[in-house]
Amino acid sequence: MTPEIGYAMTAVSLGLALYGSGAAALGARAVRPGLIQSAQRAALAIFVLITLSMGLLVYAFLTFDFSVKYVANNTNLGTPFYYRITALWGALEGSIVLWSWMLALYTLIVIVRYRTRRPEFYPWTLSVMLGILAFFLLVMTLPAPPFQRLSPVPPDGRGLNPLLEDTGMITHPVALYLGFTGFTVPFAFAMAALITGRTGDEWITITRRWTIVAWYFLSLGLLIGGWWSYHVLGWGGYWSWDPVENAAFMPWLTGTAFLHSVMIQERRRMLKLWNLTLIILTFGLTLFGTFLTRSGILSSVHSFTQGAIGAFFLAFIALVLLTAFGLVAIRGDRLRAQGELDSMVSRESAFLLNNLFLVAAAFTVFFGTVFPLLSEAVRGVKVSVGAPFFNLVNIPLFLSLLFLMGIGPLIAWRRASLENLKRNFLWPIGVGIAAAAILRLLGVASGLTLLAMGLAVFVTVIMALDFYRATRARLRTGERLLPAMGGLLHRQNRRYGGFVVHLGILVIALGVAGSQAWSVQTEATLNAGETLEFSGYRVRFDRLSASEESNHFKVTGTFTVSNGQARPAVMQPAKKFYPQEQTPIAYVDYLMGLREDFYLVLGDFARDGSQATIKVQVNRMVTWIWIGGLVLTLGAALAILPDPKKA
Amino acid sequence: MRRTAPALLVLIFVATVAATPPPGSVNEEAVQEIAAQLRCVVCQNLSVADSPSETANQMRRIIRERLRAGDRPDQVVAYFVDRYGEWILLSPRPQGFNLLVWVAPFAGTFAGLVGLILLMRRWSRRSASAAPITQVDPDTRERIRREMADLES
Amino acid sequence: MSTELVEPRTWRWGKWVIPFAVLPFLALLAYGFRTDPRAIPSPLIGRPAPPFALAAFDGGRVSLEAMRGKIVVLNFWASWCYPACYEEAPVLERNWQAYRDKGVMVVGIDIQDREEAALKFIRQFGLSFPNAPDPEGKVSVDYGVYGVPETFFIDRNGKIRKKHVGAVTEELFRSEVERMLKDAT
Repeated sequence: MTPEIGYAMTAVSLGLALYGSGAAALGARAVRPGLIQSAQRAALAIFVLITLSMGLLVYAFLTFDFSVKYVANNTNLGTPFYYRITALWGALEGSIVLWSWMLALYTLIVIVRYRTRRPEFYPWTLSVMLGILAFFLLVMTLPAPPFQRLSPVPPDGRGLNPLLEDTGMITHPVALYLGFTGFTVPFAFAMAALITGRTGDEWITITRRWTIVAWYFLSLGLLIGGWWSYHVLGWGGYWSWDPVENAAFMPWLTGTAFLHSVMIQERRRMLKLWNLTLIILTFGLTLFGTFLTRSGILSSVHSFTQGAIGAFFLAFIALVLLTAFGLVAIRGDRLRAQGELDSMVSRESAFLLNNLFLVAAAFTVFFGTVFPLLSEAVRGVKVSVGAPFFNLVNIPLFLSLLFLMGIGPLIAWRRASLENLKRNFLWPIGVGIAAAAILRLLGVASGLTLLAMGLAVFVTVIMALDFYRATRARLRTGERLLPAMGGLLHRQNRRYGGFVVHLGILVIALGVAGSQAWSVQTEATLNAGETLEFSGYRVRFDRLSASEESNHFKVTGTFTVSNGQARPAVMQPAKKFYPQEQTPIAYVDYLMGLREDFYLVLGDFARDGSQATIKVQVNRMVTWIWIGGLVLTLGAALAILPDPKKA
Repeated sequence: MRRTAPALLVLIFVATVAATPPPGSVNEEAVQEIAAQLRCVVCQNLSVADSPSETANQMRRIIRERLRAGDRPDQVVAYFVDRYGEWILLSPRPQGFNLLVWVAPFAGTFAGLVGLILLMRRWSRRSASAAPITQVDPDTRERIRREMADLES
Repeated sequence: MSTELVEPRTWRWGKWVIPFAVLPFLALLAYGFRTDPRAIPSPLIGRPAPPFALAAFDGGRVSLEAMRGKIVVLNFWASWCYPACYEEAPVLERNWQAYRDKGVMVVGIDIQDREEAALKFIRQFGLSFPNAPDPEGKVSVDYGVYGVPETFFIDRNGKIRKKHVGAVTEELFRSEVERMLKDAT
């Protein structure tokens, strides 16, 4: 019964979404509030139905109901309890359910918040959101139904992909999807603005917090993905420029550009067309990301299964982009910029450059990602575009962005005088150059590393100076130190939220630069009892042991590792052999530290345990990336707090 | 992302290095550098240096043996390209059609920069040529107040 | 200002640029449906097959040199390659029996496998053609193998005529071998 009930709920939701979208649009056009209310009720019903069907699916997982094909494909009798719940979003069909649920939730929030507050925009926003929801429900009904009956009912399931049995797996898709779906709301408001002709600042002011929240979750999703890649996949890296990583990175880049350029529109009434274009691009790129994971047109770590679903997504992307950009073209007259710039050196121009570099990076990543396809179409030759390309081409852009991140917050609006520039930047430039020089003396040879570190120091000094001066100003009014700092963060939470977010980005940038420049790795085959010396560590191979786990067979290597300082540590990397997987999964063991991580992967081994091949990595400063992520979280939280009442 | 040195620079560097290691002694770093240029054929988008898979292990072993036998690094890379095609290079050779992917990002950014500067110049000229304001209307006054408050932060 | 008159015209047509610019990119993605990102064309087609010499599971030697003058169907497999290798094993054995007297050799190379698992596989399908493990992976890299199963059809002159990725079917085996048999030496 379960598959049929679930399927019915999905089909009904689809009908309701189509109805609701039409009703809201008609209600707005013909000014019939009754229709709009009816659409609202439909949205509520959809949310209830999707929640129920999600619950039904989870119930099926927990009760090992293998009559549901999705359950049989993704768990088996040996799958541990919590992974049976998270298997909900472990594969294609379930991920669409999660996406739809989030969209339905966001739609409800939009209804509650804006129903009375923004009656001009609201019905159109509702219509757009229900329309998008209808698409995902359509996908759940036709090409990728999560509720499909499997008969005859098999005695056991296939099991979860063992790479997904990890805590990162529990959180990464959730965070990422909250980010992706979050951008639907600003997009829907942008469409409403275009349709109603209210293309001023209103839609931007309304969606400011949504944008920050969506951006934050996208950042979080990317960071968790990196963490998962680093700790689970066994290669010791956190980013491989895989097409699907890129597909999540591109909307992040354009989303960041959007976040900044709306500030110019708020202040200078410029860039209306550009902001609309950016949000359409960002939303389009979130759809593109989903398309890439599910269409199978590019080979990637993430590829789910293929099938007709790719065609559905491509058609929807085409519909969204052509309609949205078409609307922009139609409303073109209202968007003509009365652009005014007082000086080429000002915060406005810093923001404009920020946008240029971010969008250029997004273009680079996009072009590199689809180039294999282009090459095949034009030349018939398959090429690969991988990490060496993306690193080389993006580094200048990212370094420029780092520089802009430093000067942006302090350079004056409208016109930066020489006085303003000297006051804010002279010291930081000096200290940055000094830091680079010191590193050079300490033996760092790579010019790139010196530049990156010098820039990072430059930005750090600017931020420290800024905070110091502002705190000092408050101290002068008689406040004590901690309340002064706290008060600063609280009363100007928008500005200092951004400040803390930039600080988080800075820490991440330091982690990336340090780990790229200074990490080392090697490979060696050791006999039992033999020791390898590498980069200040001594690794002794002790023994191999085998064990039978609930759903896999495990061979564990035991190694004693010491680095001359602390007590020796015992590390146990392993290889896990899952019956349904063709090759073994590496289980990495690592020692995490602030300055460096020590990373051990078990490779080949002799059956009798006499020999083992290991890959050893000393990854420097990777922990800074995760710390930066935490700082980012604080900053984003600060930025979306409600403005304290003005005195 | 293992090495900062992009494939192109590594090839040039390697080709100009005079000393070839004598057969029998292999610099492990050289193995990693070559492996970083090659795509692991059974993984998705990882280099042979990074990949933990068995195939990558075997490929690294083959690289090591060929270096030990006296092959130059570019010869080792050429061997793999000969068997697998251009696809096995993790970064497309900058020749012919592939130049497009190398040039387009820089060209695009440069074009964008030029366009932006021209636009910014036009915008700043327009504002400079506007008549000086002798009276301040309430909207502008409000905006001034707001921006002063921000500046003071 | 004089520039105002020029701008509207470029603006009227310019603003439609973006919607239309989207189209070629959509077309490219649609093209992507027709390609398989995992299918890599082999540069070895039409070239002499790389020589190899391996110790077979049954103790004998398997070498390409020794088979010159015969048509060779070279199959790379593994016991963990499920289900494709399991589907094609009976096909290979059957056709080996049918063609062995017509100057056709079928050779299996087992990659990245454990010996007992491989022997179990051979026993399971009663494979009577020579099978050898490739312990260091040198032969599989030499042939540009990137997965299993892969099968190479090599003619009497030692040239690779076709590479097939995936399970070999009855029709494929017959049509390829018949074609090579018809060639004058």
